[in-house]
Amino acid sequence: MTVKLRRSFLYVPGNMPGMLQNIPVFQADGVMIDLEDAVPLQEKDAARLLTRNFIQGFKDRRLELFVRINGLDTPYAEDDLREVLPAVPDGIRLPKADNPETVERLDTMLTEAEERLGLPIGHFKIIPSIESAQGVLNCVETAKASPRLVALAFGAEDFTASMEIDRTKSGEELFSARTRIIWAAKAAGLQAIDTIFPDVNDMDALRAETELGRRLGFTGKSLVNPRQIEVIHEVFRPTQAEIDHALAVLDAIKRAREMGTGVISLKGRMVDAPVVTRAARVLKTAVAFGMIEVDLSDEVIHGTK
Amino acid sequence: MARNSLGREIPDVWRGRKLEPYRDPWSKKPEVLRATRPLVRRFPGDSKLLPSLRAALEACELRDGMNISTHHHLRNGDLLLNLLVKELDAMGLKDMGIASSSVHDVHAEIIPYIRKGVITRIETGVNGLIAKMVSRGELRCDIIVRSHGGRARSIVTGEVEIDAAFIAAPCCDETGNMNGVMGRSACGSLGYAHTDARYAKKVVAVTDNLVSFPAAPISISSSDVDYVVQIESLGDPSKIVSTTTRVTRDPAGLLIAKYAAEVIQASGLLKDGFSFQTGAGGTSLAVADNVRKMMAEARVKGSFGCGGITGYFVDMLEEGYFQTLFDVQCFDQRAVESMRVNPGHREISADLYASPFNRGCIANMLDCVILGATEVDVDYNVNVNTESSGWLLHNTGGHCDVAAGAKLAIVVAPSIRGRLPVVRESVTTVTTPGETVDVVVTERGICVADRHEDLKRELLRRNLPVKEIHDFHEEITRVTGKPRALEFEDEIVALVEYRDGTIIDVVRQVRD
Repeated sequence: MTVKLRRSFLYVPGNMPGMLQNIPVFQADGVMIDLEDAVPLQEKDAARLLTRNFIQGFKDRRLELFVRINGLDTPYAEDDLREVLPAVPDGIRLPKADNPETVERLDTMLTEAEERLGLPIGHFKIIPSIESAQGVLNCVETAKASPRLVALAFGAEDFTASMEIDRTKSGEELFSARTRIIWAAKAAGLQAIDTIFPDVNDMDALRAETELGRRLGFTGKSLVNPRQIEVIHEVFRPTQAEIDHALAVLDAIKRAREMGTGVISLKGRMVDAPVVTRAARVLKTAVAFGMIEVDLSDEVIHGTK
Repeated sequence: MARNSLGREIPDVWRGRKLEPYRDPWSKKPEVLRATRPLVRRFPGDSKLLPSLRAALEACELRDGMNISTHHHLRNGDLLLNLLVKELDAMGLKDMGIASSSVHDVHAEIIPYIRKGVITRIETGVNGLIAKMVSRGELRCDIIVRSHGGRARSIVTGEVEIDAAFIAAPCCDETGNMNGVMGRSACGSLGYAHTDARYAKKVVAVTDNLVSFPAAPISISSSDVDYVVQIESLGDPSKIVSTTTRVTRDPAGLLIAKYAAEVIQASGLLKDGFSFQTGAGGTSLAVADNVRKMMAEARVKGSFGCGGITGYFVDMLEEGYFQTLFDVQCFDQRAVESMRVNPGHREISADLYASPFNRGCIANMLDCVILGATEVDVDYNVNVNTESSGWLLHNTGGHCDVAAGAKLAIVVAPSIRGRLPVVRESVTTVTTPGETVDVVVTERGICVADRHEDLKRELLRRNLPVKEIHDFHEEITRVTGKPRALEFEDEIVALVEYRDGTIIDVVRQVRD
């Protein structure tokens, strides 16, 4: 099993042809074409058309294409889905996912669309965006609301607005929400995608926030400017030391199995099942990055060869 | 009519001048001796000081049909050329030629004098309104576009005779010793004027900062100067910055820069002794920024940087990345200041910089150069002289000189500008022949000329987006649609000379 890299999700406004046209140029792992906040009311129609046409002509499916629709509580969401789903994006970014019911509603709408379009059920993925106090409180249930979910995303701008607080560069006010979203995602077997960092000129602060997010357990980050991609990818890239250690762990556990034991020590530290799981995760990410080539089949990790 | 080796139609004769079509970058050899200039004898106590520009023009004994020159180091801040043309008109002179190093937007003031027949030819590339009006056929004025090296060659060989050179001297003494690094109009290097000073029949130093003898340092010496005139102001040195001189923040520009730097690294040239030229545009500086990081990481000590110098290059000199800067023109005030204080920051003439016909062309010593483009075609020919509309846009600068001289000439450009593809089936005007362009880098892909198979393989090994240029052209055209072909009248409004004096292309009047 390989890890789908979702280190970077780039927001691109759906009403800007020049920016849509440049989507293939920047090497984000995923793109969210935005029909929501970036698009003024009078341009919603045009943005849907542009987005649909762009997705129809977009052939490179190495890059995941999501569309951020308007909230299901607005009169625009249904039109968004009706217009863009026939172009078959990879999934929908659902804003204001305050509760599991919202996700379930979208799931139903996507199933209907798949039936209508003759697509396999479950084709359209969902990434709900948790961006309110209520959303944070409910995110454990939200994470389990649909098998279409591949990740939970955090939206700090709306979250701080809902909390009636300011967002700071150091971000202490986000800490508890971020950790809860990560826990919910991990418990449901999902990836966790961190919020955008709004200052596109402060790469040091971006790096610091991304590093903190990675340490907390985020697997990726949303972003608003392609200049941020490189920093984000660097942060999520496993270090050579991490890879070397993970390879040593895998080697040690193989030796342990040959000796008939499930536990062995490596440089004085015990290597047991959780250590192996962590090492396997590092190696899968390194494989996805193209940094190494190594057999990471279940048999290798869990031990029949 | 003949076709040159690039397939461009070149008339046998244009406005009385017999033309030689371009063949290739290398085979043309000089068959003449250097130009000469009259010797003069001066006696102790003779004064060169004249009270006005008018007096200087009269002293130069100008007659109808002669050529004057200025230099463009003050760029869009230059006042001198406009003042001179007004005086030529006041003197009743006609059919005069301007053999300056470049003509800028600020010189649109001379348009009425072109209409009156005071000026009938400009022996350099033109910018702005003059260019536009000539392209539309609204202004009759013969334009011959030359590169910096080509201009120096044309003066040294005597093909272009300068009857009187007027050199804007930000610091000058009464004998004519001058430099560009001091005074309120300081513009730094006077590199383009060096050739004029050595070969013009008369040389006039025009200054707004007359200092006591001796002016030092001496950039152009009194031994070459006939007269000295003091005027109120040479112009506005803050306008020497023609484009942005900051690293771009545009994500596409940064991606282009990243790819270009990786091409340089992959070429194997980035080692001790590395020499480099880049322009002042934001993307070019971003390439330099990446190269600087690579040099730091690999602890590479470069040899020299050259061309138009910016503060960015000055930083690289001061931080030890380069031993020397060879400066033919300063692009910002930081470069001007550096030339004043840094011994490693050297002023050079356009002749030394880029002429194909001398014994020490610095462009030939370059490892790598980053160049811009208005258009590139599938044969790697580059246009920087005309817009996609067909109008004359600007001078060649050193574009074709350094492309020919450098080991690796990289053209950086966005793949789409406005709504038009930059990579074309055929460029509107050829400035630099594809034979001298090695790599084209855009944000969507890197095209490598077939003669560099090793480099292509190395870039592919590094997972860079290498594309065959015909495929790339089709890819871009799928996005933009195929632009409608421009329509031109038969009338030729400008010649584009290659650096060796052959004609690489002509510019025809645009059909409205």
